[in-house]
Amino acid sequence: MRLMGQLGEWFDQRLQLGRPIREVMEHPVPRQTASWWYVFGSAALTIFMFQFVTGILLALVYVPSAGEAWSSLQTLNHQITLGWFIRALHGWGSNFMLAIVIIHMVQVFLFGAYKFPRELTWLLGVFLLLFTLGMAFTGQVLRFDQDAYWGLGIGASIASRVPVLGPALVKLLLGGPIIAGATLSRFFALHVFVIPGLLIGFVGLHVLMVLKLGVNEWPMPGRIVRRATYVREYHELTAKEGVPFVPYAIWKDIVFSGFILLSIALCAVMLGPFGPGGQPDPTIIQTAPKPDSFFLWIYALLSYLPPAAETPILLIAPLIGIVVLLVLPFFAGEGEKSWKRRPIAVLVILVAAVSLGTLTHLGQHTPWSPVMDAWSGQPIPAEYLKNRTPLEHEGALVFQSKQCHNCHSLAGEGGQRGPALDRVAVRLTPDQLVRQVIQGGGNMPAYGKNLSPAETTALVKFLETLHPAGQRPAQDASRAIAETDQH
Amino acid sequence: MTSSKDVSRRGFFAKIGLLFNGMVGAALAVPIVRYLASPVTRERKGEYDSWLPLGSLDKFPAGETRLATYRNPMVNAWDGETADIACWVRNVDGKKFQVFAVNCAHLGCPVRWFPQSNLFMCPCHGGAYYQDGSRASGPPERGLFEYPYKVQDGKLLIHAGEMPTPGRSASNSKGCSSCG
Repeated sequence: MRLMGQLGEWFDQRLQLGRPIREVMEHPVPRQTASWWYVFGSAALTIFMFQFVTGILLALVYVPSAGEAWSSLQTLNHQITLGWFIRALHGWGSNFMLAIVIIHMVQVFLFGAYKFPRELTWLLGVFLLLFTLGMAFTGQVLRFDQDAYWGLGIGASIASRVPVLGPALVKLLLGGPIIAGATLSRFFALHVFVIPGLLIGFVGLHVLMVLKLGVNEWPMPGRIVRRATYVREYHELTAKEGVPFVPYAIWKDIVFSGFILLSIALCAVMLGPFGPGGQPDPTIIQTAPKPDSFFLWIYALLSYLPPAAETPILLIAPLIGIVVLLVLPFFAGEGEKSWKRRPIAVLVILVAAVSLGTLTHLGQHTPWSPVMDAWSGQPIPAEYLKNRTPLEHEGALVFQSKQCHNCHSLAGEGGQRGPALDRVAVRLTPDQLVRQVIQGGGNMPAYGKNLSPAETTALVKFLETLHPAGQRPAQDASRAIAETDQH
Repeated sequence: MTSSKDVSRRGFFAKIGLLFNGMVGAALAVPIVRYLASPVTRERKGEYDSWLPLGSLDKFPAGETRLATYRNPMVNAWDGETADIACWVRNVDGKKFQVFAVNCAHLGCPVRWFPQSNLFMCPCHGGAYYQDGSRASGPPERGLFEYPYKVQDGKLLIHAGEMPTPGRSASNSKGCSSCG
């Protein structure tokens, strides 16, 4: 024991870190902040270090070469002992990282922790969020499979829409004229050197400021932040009812971090690693690329924006969002901290959560994508074909063979790009059906050139049978009169 | 012994030193920026696009649309299969051809050809195109990207080498009146 003490003294004489570490440990924090609400920042830091370690472990095997990356991932998954587990840890760690960072940010926002004098801490935090998203996207690229390949194509297509600079940006992003070896190499450099370097620097400053400025006190309705008096009031508070950070507050941080690491490990064991999916061969076009879960909401947004609004919204909205986050502490640096007195703040969080949640949910189900094999793989249900005339059967055949089923569902089967057709005969008269099939419109291609008159007639006859048993199909009143006149 | 005169002289030297470092830094920045901008400057020199054979004409029967692949002209040894690019070749009437990029004009996903309904469909956001590449429906703002082509010694050649994106649409933006 005495030897340990002597050894410690020897090091401290040279390092001189003992006192600052003791100061950090003993610095008083307001008693109420030793709370389970204050554990997310430290958990994010823990996962960051965890990702660092698992990332290095993967780099021992992974080959950042377009020709070999995919097979090196296969080797990790199948050849190397527990390689799949390390991949799963890193992949699940990334999901947890983003989730915890976002929860941390919401908590900081709702507790008014970004207000004076912690504006810069918030600012660095915004950049940390962007870097984390950058890590998620570049990491998805390093899992060099079909999704990564076409995801890069989507990224390049978005970048190309920047006025004037677009084509040059695409070349810089891809490192050449196409997605290839140079692309993977630069994303590897970003994921492994550039962004982690920035993260280390920004995380260091972020944590330093939390320690220097003190952790945000528990917000009380009516306790107003004023630039002139805040620092004095905070020190009075910590002097009066402060507790040393270690162990009063830190034990919850430690327990929660442990819980998160355990959750990551459990997810990794039970659900396994992410991919890789199909090999990144651009000549294999039988693929429906999809981004990772945290980018699904963008993917969904891109299908719902009207074409003309897409480019401006894609390019301008993210900038506006980032600027709003950056100026927030300067716009609202004083005043109430408690969320109980900040209804708009609460509303903003609710709207953002509902929007992102809805878009992500839609992104998982992609109702806007045609089901590419519905025409050959999902037959029309038998009850839609019973007691039908041969002509109507012929129409059902046209419905399948002309890929109508890829975009239109029957009895819940098939694509949802266009409206479900189970009751189409109630909505459209025979003439309207013919017009819609031949001319298209309302987001449907025109089939005029691709259907013979006989095929069109048969198809419309089949569509006319699609109505509930007790409900009459739609009819053109004038047509009925015209037909009676002929008799 | 330090006098204030001494300090200001040392301070002056330090400033000179900083200036010197700044000059060296600026000089070094030039090659570094040129290195980083290489993917852009090489395009300016026209190194990316060239005429590439897609194979003999009988691979593309009249009136049909077939998938063809080619090896990208600018290629590194470690590109692997990513340097193999696919395109759709439409033989209009035995004499006239159309060669489309597989990349959807919306966000670049690979479109698939359905000969039964004569449509190209995109699996990502549901863009659809007619057989001549023109836009049929969905989010794309334009038709499919088209490569210039020519027929030489019974072979079909296209002018390609760069991934087409909505901002710059393959070689067709240059126009190609002499092709075909």
